[in-house]
Parts: sequence; C-alpha cells; structure tokens
Amino acid sequence: MTQPRAIFVNVGERTNVTGSARFRKLIKAGDYPTALEVARQQVDAGAQIIDVNMDEGLLDSKEAMVTFLNLIAAEPDIARVPVMIDSSKWEVIEAGLKCVQGKSIVNSISLKEGEAEFIAHAEACLDYGAAVIVMAFDEEGQADTEARKTSICERAYRILVDQVGFDPNDIIFDPNIFAVATGIEEHNNYAVDFIEATRWIRENLPGAHVSGGVSNISFSFRGNEPVRRAMHSVFLYHAINAGMDMGIVNAGQLDIYDEIDAELRELVEDVILNRRDDATERLLDAAERFRDSGEAAEETIAEWRSLPVAERLKHALVKGMDDFIVEDTEEARLTVERPLHVIEGPLMDGMNVVGDLFGAGKMFLPQVVKSARVMKKAVAHLTPFMEKEKEELGLAQEAAGKVVMATVKGDVHDIGKNIVSVVLQCNGYEVVDLGVMVPADKILKTAREEKADIIGLSGLITPSLDEMVFVASEMEREGLELPLLIGGATTSPAHTAVKIEPAYSKAPIVHVLDASRAVGVVSKLLSDEQRDGYWQELKAGHAKVRETRARTQANRSRVSLEAARKNLFDGGDHTPVKPKNLGLTTIDDVTLADLAPYIDWTPFFFAWDMKGSYPSILEDKDRGEAARALFDDAQAMLKRMVAENWLKPRGVVGLWPAQRVGDDVRVFADDDRKDVVGTFFGLRQQMEKTGDKPHFCNSDFVSADKPDYIGGFAVTSGEADAEIAEQFRKANDDYSEILFKALADRFAEAFAEYLHERVRKDLWGYAADEAYSPEELIKEPYAGIRPAPGYPAQPDHTEKATLFDLLDAPARTGITLTESFAMSPAASVSGLYLAHPDSAYFAVGRIMRDQVEDYARRKGWSIEEAEKALSPVLGYEPDAEAAEKADAA
Amino acid sequence: MTRQDRLAALNALADERILILDGAMGTEIQNRKLVEADYRGERFADWGQALGGNNDLLNLTQPDIVREIHADYFAAGADAVETNTFSATSIAQADYAMEELAPEIAAEGARLAREAADAAEADTGEPKVVWGAIGPTNRTLSLSPNVEDPGYRAVTFDEVRDAYAEQVEAMAPFVDFFLIETIFDTLNAKAAIKAVLDLRRAGTVPGDIPIVLSGTITDASGRTLSGQTTEAFYNAVRHACPWAVGLNCALGAEELRPYVQALHRVAECKVLAYPNAGLPNAFGEYDQGPGEMAGLVKEWAEQGYLNMLGGCCGTTPDHIRAIAAAAKGGTPRKPIEREAAMRLSGLEPFELA
Repeated sequence: MTQPRAIFVNVGERTNVTGSARFRKLIKAGDYPTALEVARQQVDAGAQIIDVNMDEGLLDSKEAMVTFLNLIAAEPDIARVPVMIDSSKWEVIEAGLKCVQGKSIVNSISLKEGEAEFIAHAEACLDYGAAVIVMAFDEEGQADTEARKTSICERAYRILVDQVGFDPNDIIFDPNIFAVATGIEEHNNYAVDFIEATRWIRENLPGAHVSGGVSNISFSFRGNEPVRRAMHSVFLYHAINAGMDMGIVNAGQLDIYDEIDAELRELVEDVILNRRDDATERLLDAAERFRDSGEAAEETIAEWRSLPVAERLKHALVKGMDDFIVEDTEEARLTVERPLHVIEGPLMDGMNVVGDLFGAGKMFLPQVVKSARVMKKAVAHLTPFMEKEKEELGLAQEAAGKVVMATVKGDVHDIGKNIVSVVLQCNGYEVVDLGVMVPADKILKTAREEKADIIGLSGLITPSLDEMVFVASEMEREGLELPLLIGGATTSPAHTAVKIEPAYSKAPIVHVLDASRAVGVVSKLLSDEQRDGYWQELKAGHAKVRETRARTQANRSRVSLEAARKNLFDGGDHTPVKPKNLGLTTIDDVTLADLAPYIDWTPFFFAWDMKGSYPSILEDKDRGEAARALFDDAQAMLKRMVAENWLKPRGVVGLWPAQRVGDDVRVFADDDRKDVVGTFFGLRQQMEKTGDKPHFCNSDFVSADKPDYIGGFAVTSGEADAEIAEQFRKANDDYSEILFKALADRFAEAFAEYLHERVRKDLWGYAADEAYSPEELIKEPYAGIRPAPGYPAQPDHTEKATLFDLLDAPARTGITLTESFAMSPAASVSGLYLAHPDSAYFAVGRIMRDQVEDYARRKGWSIEEAEKALSPVLGYEPDAEAAEKADAA
Repeated sequence: MTRQDRLAALNALADERILILDGAMGTEIQNRKLVEADYRGERFADWGQALGGNNDLLNLTQPDIVREIHADYFAAGADAVETNTFSATSIAQADYAMEELAPEIAAEGARLAREAADAAEADTGEPKVVWGAIGPTNRTLSLSPNVEDPGYRAVTFDEVRDAYAEQVEAMAPFVDFFLIETIFDTLNAKAAIKAVLDLRRAGTVPGDIPIVLSGTITDASGRTLSGQTTEAFYNAVRHACPWAVGLNCALGAEELRPYVQALHRVAECKVLAYPNAGLPNAFGEYDQGPGEMAGLVKEWAEQGYLNMLGGCCGTTPDHIRAIAAAAKGGTPRKPIEREAAMRLSGLEPFELA
C-alpha cells in the first residue's frame, strides 16, 4: 500500500456556506484569510477531503468558488487533501474544476433534469478528471424511500458505466439523508431507508461508494450539540456497517460511539433505527439533560498557544499561520529594547528553521512562501514602531536607499528574494518588490521610474541563470548604472563572475550568498567612501574566479606534451624555396599613399565599439548612419595624412636559413647552416583533438630535415604619431585624436599586409606570380602566415626580444620594446614569416605543466619565470599544484 | 505503415524490450551554435524583437537542422522522437510576439519529425514513432506570480486549454502520440488533456492517438513545482487513459530514481523516464556523460521499473546510444493490476477502496 487506506472518509463541511453560518459570514464579508483558517482547522482536525460550497443567493457563487479554490492552492496544509466541489449550479462546479490540479470530487450531478444533461455533466467530469457524487434524484424528484433510492442509483450507475465510460470506483451515490425525529411520522424511517439503500448499493453496484450529509439527520436538535453529536455518531455507526464509506461531517461534531453516555445512546439508537413509535418523544424529553455549556476546546490550538512567545512565533512561521502573528509579535516587541530586535531575534530564528527544513526537503515551496508571508505581516506590525523610533532618535525619514527586487522571468521561486527584501526593509532600506516571473524590461523600467539605487535579482531554477545574464546585458545596453545583486539557490560566485559580470560593466555586481549578507553588501554599495574600493575588490575577486575556472575547464581535456608532439603537423613533401634576399632589408621607401589601399576597415569600426564588418556596417539599420559619419571623417583625415605626409612608415625584413629542432626553430647566419644566431621557441597545442587534426606548433611549418627558411619583420606607421596626437589633445579635440590614433594603427596593419605581399612576391619570392587585389588580401588567401609573438599561436611575448635582436629593429625602424615587451610607437606590428603552403594561424590554448617545464628548460628559465611569462595560457593553477606537491612530500 | 499498424508494431516491440525515446533537442541545437540570424532566417529577418533561443521557430527557419537532429536520434537507436514543439503554443510564443505563428510552428515541427521517422522506418523496417511534444507553457495555473496576492492567476484554464487545442489540432495529422510533458503544474496538464479529449469528442482529432504524460519532480522535496507528489500527480491525470506515464527533466537519473520507483508501484499503464544528464553545474550546464547516465538507468531497466527510457536536458545522441545499449538487457515492466479503489488527490494521494 502506498498510503493508509480509508474505510470511512470524513469530508469537512465547515467550508460550506449553506452548512456553516460562520463561513457564510466570512465569505460574504470577503474575509478570505479567516475563511482559509476554517479550512485549515478542518484538515488539522482530520478531514480527509474538504467540501467547498458557495451556494448563497447574495453571493457571486462562481467567483467565490474560484477565489477560494485558488487561495487554497497556495496553502499546502489545506491543498494536500482533495477538494469536493459542491454546488447545485453546474457553472459553479465547472469553474471550480478549472482551479484544482488534483483529482477532486464533484458534488453533485443527478438525473433531475433528465438523462441528456446528466450525461453531458458526467462526460465533463470525466474529461476534467473528477469523481462524482450522484444524488438520488430524478425527473420525479428526490428519492425518500429505500425503493426509490435504489432504483434511481441503479439507473444512474448503468448510464455512467455503460454509456459514459465512467470508472465505477469514481461513482459515489448520495441516497439523501433527511432529518429524523421531526415529529412528522413519515420521517421516522428516513435513517433506515438510507442505511438499507446503502447496503443494497454496496452489494449490487460494484465499485460504487455511498456518501451523505450526516448533519441533516439531527436537524431537529439544532442548539443541542451533545444530542446532535450522539445522533451523528450512532447514525454513522450503523450506516458505515451497511457500507457507507464517505460522509460530509464536521469531525468536531462527532463522539466516539463507545463513549456516548449509555442512556443517551439507547435513546438515539431508537430514533435512528426507528425501533419504537415513541422514540422521538423520549429523546426530546431527555435531551435537555444532556445539553452542555460549550463545545470542546480546540486542543491543538490551545497546545501551541501555551508556548513561550518566541516559540509561538517560530511555530507560526513554520506552519505559515498568521492568525496570531500580530499579537505574538506585539508581545515579543514589549519584551525587547528595540523593535528591530524582534526581527533579528525570534523572527529570523523562525525563518532559519524554515530555511533548514526547506533545504532538507522537509518543507516544500508553497509552505515556505506562506512562511514568508507570515514574516511580512510581523514586520508590517513592527514597521510603525521602527519609524517612530527613528523619529525619536532624530533619524532622517527617507529610506537609506531603494532596492528593486525581482525573481527573474520564467521563475516563480522567491523565498530568498523575499527574505532579502524583508531583511533590507528591516534595516531601513526601501524595497520595491516586483514579485516573480518579472521580465527584464519591467525590472529596468521600474528601476528607472523609482530612481532605485540597486537592483536585486533572484532565481532558483537553472534557466534563471541565463535570464540574469540577459537582465545584466539589458542594463548594459540601456546604460543603467546600478549595482546588481544576484541571489538564489542555483546562482554562484562562479556563475556571477564568469557569465554575469562580463555582461555588465557599469556598476558592481555582487553574488549574495544568503540574506544575512545582504545588508552589509548594500550598505557598502551605497556608501560614497566604500563603494569604489569595494567594486575594485569585487572585480579582482571575479577576475580570479574566471582565471581559475578557465584553468580547471581547460584541465579537463588536455593531452600530454609527449602525445601532442607525436601528433605534430607534418610538412609533407613540400620543398622549401630559398629567399632571393637573405639577411636584413630595411624598408624606408614606403609612403602612406602606398599603404592606404591595404587598410582593413573592419577593425577600425571595432575600435569605436561598432562591431560589424566593413562595408556592410555602413548600411546597418541601426548603426549605419553613425558608421557613415565616422567613415567620412576618417576618409577626410586620411586624405590629409597622406597629402601632408603626417607619418613616415619604416620597416625591416629579415630572411634566414632555419631548421626545426623539436618544437623550436634554429636560425642560422647564412646558408652554411653552421652559425646559429638565434632560436625561435615554440609552444604546442595540448587540447584534445578529434579526427586527424594535428597538435600545432609554429615550428612545424619549418622543415626539420630539408633546408628551410624563416622570416621576421617589424613595421611602424611612423614615429610622429605621439606629437600629432598631442596637438589634438591641446585643442581639446578628443575625437580627432582618437581618430588619428585609430588610423595610425590601421596604417601599421596595412604596412604589415603590404610588406608581407612584397616578401612573398619579391624579397623571398616564393609566390612571385601571386596576383591578389588589396581587398582580397584581407581574407588571407595567400600561402604563408605572419604570426606575431604574444598572439595566440605563440603567446610568449618575450620572443619579441629575439626577433627584434635578429632584425636589428630599433636601429633600422625606431621601434623599441618596453620592459613588458610592448612596442613603441604603439602603431607598430612585428612577426615571423612562415612560408609553408599549409601553414595556418591557430591558438595554442591552455598548456599543461609538462610543456611549461620543458619550455623553461629550453629557454633556460626557472619554472616560476616560465609560469609568469605564460600565465595567460596556463592550464593549471601553479600555486595549487605546488601546494599539492608540498603536501605530498 | 499506417499509424494503427505502427502503434500495433510498437506495442509488440514493447512486450519484448524496453523502448527508447530520444534525447534533448535543445542541447543539439545549442551545439550547432546558431546565432540570431539563423533563428530569423529570411522570413523573419525584420521581426521586431530578438528571436534567438526560440528553438521551436527553427521548424520554420532551419527545417534541415531539426530533421537532422531527429535523424541523429533515430540513428542512435530511438524508437520515438519528440517533435520540436515544446513551446509551440500561442502562450509560450507570446514571448516572441509570435502567437499567430504557433499553429504553423506546431504543424511544421510535427511534419519534420514525421519525415525523419518515415525515412528511419524505411531504413530499418521497424516502427519509428513521432511524439507530438506539448510543453507546460510559461504560465502556471496553480501558482500566483504575485506573492502579495496568492489567489491571482496570470492565465485562465480556458486560455491554456484553447492554446493547447490549437497546438494539438495542428500536430494531429503527423503524430502517433500526444506527449504532454515536463508537467510542473498538473493543472496545466489537465488543460492539455481537456483539449485533446474535447477535440476527440468533436471528431477533430482521431480518438486513437494515445496520450503520454510526463511529470517533473523539481527538487529534493519529491514534489512537482505546484506541490504534488508523484502518486498524487498520477491520480490527477489518470483520466487521460495514458498509454504511458513518466517523469522527466529537473533531476538526473540518480535523483529521479525514487520517483520512478514510486510511479512503477502505482501506474496501470506503461512507465517511462527521461532524466536530465545529471544535475546542472553552477553554469546550468550538464556534465554527465553517456556512459555514466546509461549506467544509472541500466539498473532501472534490469529491475523492470519501466517500459521506455530516453533523455532530457543535456542528453545527446551519444547518451541515447548508450542508454539503448544499457537497456538491452533489461526487462520491460509489466502493467500492474491494482485493487479497485477510488483514487483522488490534492497535493497528496488519497485512496478509498
């Protein structure tokens, strides 16, 4: 069995406006919170199903049904049991069926209006997935005798099972319980008629159940609860024995059959079973003696109400009950010095218990939401006191800051967010809570309208992570400069650092681990003194997380250096071509006019944060206009630069005999290949490869066994750039200054392109017949590459020193290297020339410790020096591995 | 094969072995690194808002990719594939202002899967089945999006039912089953069931396209997002007379196991499960490899817990290939006969014999 099986099902009847005056009053007054308490008390008292009935002339029954059922859905303590949707109006029933996710019972349908309507309603119940109560009612009226009851039920059963296809187990007959002991003789057998009809149904209509509204039986003893309770119990005792297995009965209105006073039980039994003609009179005579003063105290409530106040608050929070929360909060407030202490003390303690239970899977979401609501009520009670305190202490009235909080689109989880909201509010911050499933545009709009200081995003499910990135990118796009708080179960410092921060640069982003940290974070973000320092701290922390992440990621799929070397690029049977001009060639015969056609304009627009390729960006729907204006200005300045020779480009090319040795290239002074003048060191890819793709290293493009060659170059668009830029700056013309610098950069790149062509066609001459237009060259259709040290194929910037040395670059071009190997002037380009027809650009990617150790040995470095030079591509955490080794030793 | 022949052949296969469902569509689409322009295609080049991520739209703009993914799953050993129509309702498409296109997206998605299935059927001679995927939409009928107002609902039952009816009708000509899946709010699923049953009663869709239902247990509480236990969920949807009922998404195989077992104990129809490739890491990515996942579900297959296995988020054709291999030695679950009883539910199950 998957759960205890019921023998008799007790349906709670207190949420029935026709059966409970109190409930009717509450619903008519629109007091749904208290009405919900009625439902909760019934379930607490043991009702296994609750009957909800809103049939009252002055009510919009349909609306009341929908409202109440929707509210119940948010109350897990109530919603755990099935609902019986009770109405005499089909439209109310159908509206109710559209609100319940479980399988409920429809109360009721009948043959009253004929078979067609009965069938239509039954089919609808089937399609909505509900069991049905069928009243013993037909075109003739309500069945009162045993014979009428059984014949109507049999007819209905056959229609439901044979025609509609109903599961007989989902049919419940209500053969009508009518009041007995009314003084009218014809009524005396009503209980017996019901009990005997029940027996017949259970024996003859397999699967079907029998139910009834039990309190009807004692209608004539209204006001005398002890007698009514005894009547209910006695009636049930016999009806259950006959097979009645469900009843609408208030569990509080029942006695235990064996514990009923023997005399009373005897008198009641005579009435129920119609055992003697004077049964009614005898019971009436005796009834007054059994009347008692009041109903039994509601013990479960009394019990927790007697706990100390802190415990009561905790109980209310865990149970999500708010009926005593205000008085308990007030009581707690009187015992502490400041109202805030109630929040920081018992209320937060209670919420922590909720958090723990939720984390352990012992509470589930709707319950926790309920707890948060109770918390809110408690805080609402304390707020005026806190404000008054503030006033008395002469504190400023306005909030310390305003925070817009939202659970992102697609997510309904908001406990964390609510708790953070509460905690912030308790600390004097104003919170604009947008609730759950909030789209990005609404968050941004609200933040702007409310002049918020901070935005807080929350989410629990994983797709929310992406949505948060989206919100951040929207904030970036719309230029909102507000700190962003990230919280929720699936969020993490790692995700925040790796995915969210790169999307948003305008203000600090903080991952808030839990509500307890929110106040500290917010106060730092809003403090003029602390904010910038804190931001730097956050950024540094995030950067570190990203590095670590990149390394551990890379770690996953690396091969050993040994394995990578075995899978090197094989140059095949290519025969190297000997350069026409071995040695160094200084290039000083080039003008800007020569270079202008070689300019690649796409990176120029990139430099202006206008990402899009040239020339299509000029026609872009959104950016085209701006791009065209910029391009026109650039063309105008370019013309002046060329006409007035603002820059004097200079360059040097070196072409040397060379040989691959392992991952390095030896460079010889001349074709005797004896005098080694330098070595270009190479780094090899270590990522996992699929298919027959090699693990590239630049050196692979130089032959190990055939006489081969390598080239190098350094070019600059000119040394005057700083001076001219300074002129613009003095004139406060930032725009022209940036424009000029961007163009100078373009000229340097154009020079490299131009010179590479000249090398291929002439200086080296391995492609003398090449005929590409400058525009075509941008796509690099030619044979050979010019990889630069410090770029992806050889990330070690120190290699530039070797290159510059061999090229005698400072003397021949005026380009020098800074201590961190940057070239000055900035508009300079340098690199190697590799001529193999299949040579290609690649990225080394992350490399592992084995290669770093090997590389250090080759370069004559310590491991630490190598790790420093190669830090951007390290595929491991140097400190961590060192520490591990130390631990092992 | 006619649809009826195919269903009969599938039922016969199901007696012999555990059937295989496909894996994630989203992961496969992600792996193709489509950009905004790919989603737009020519037809929606000028659409007023971003369309990237509208995977269902690819039925219209990148049909070859969708068909190819289906073909990959069939090649990996799937007996059935789910149409790329998880969000092909006017409600879900409202995010992209594409409400009007929902039926076309649904119909095309179903047609593409049909084409892939027919091709695979012709190749293998085995029944290859199309499951018309009906997702939960992005609105919940049992939960309020507004904390302050727990009685509020962002959408009505009738609106959800109508949106589903539109989707169901659009897919009907091409599909062998309707799969109401990733049910995190059972009331949404009930609206989908109502839509199918209404269309059947109206004669708009054939009565012999079976329904399959798959719920989603969201976390360690063992409940759906709307708070139901596995068995309460089953009781609430049993009236659809499903061909199979199952669980998918949110959890990996390891975490899903107790709930699959729970379903195994109560379901009178076939049982299926298609978990995620483990739990997502901090980045929402799924790391569990094919071998590891197959190892976990292999035990279910051997224990006879279910009749069909597949994969949800993070799974790939390689996962399905591994799962198919792992399921080979398994025993298909035999439907159980339960003692006659009225079985109801709120958030928890209720039974009255």
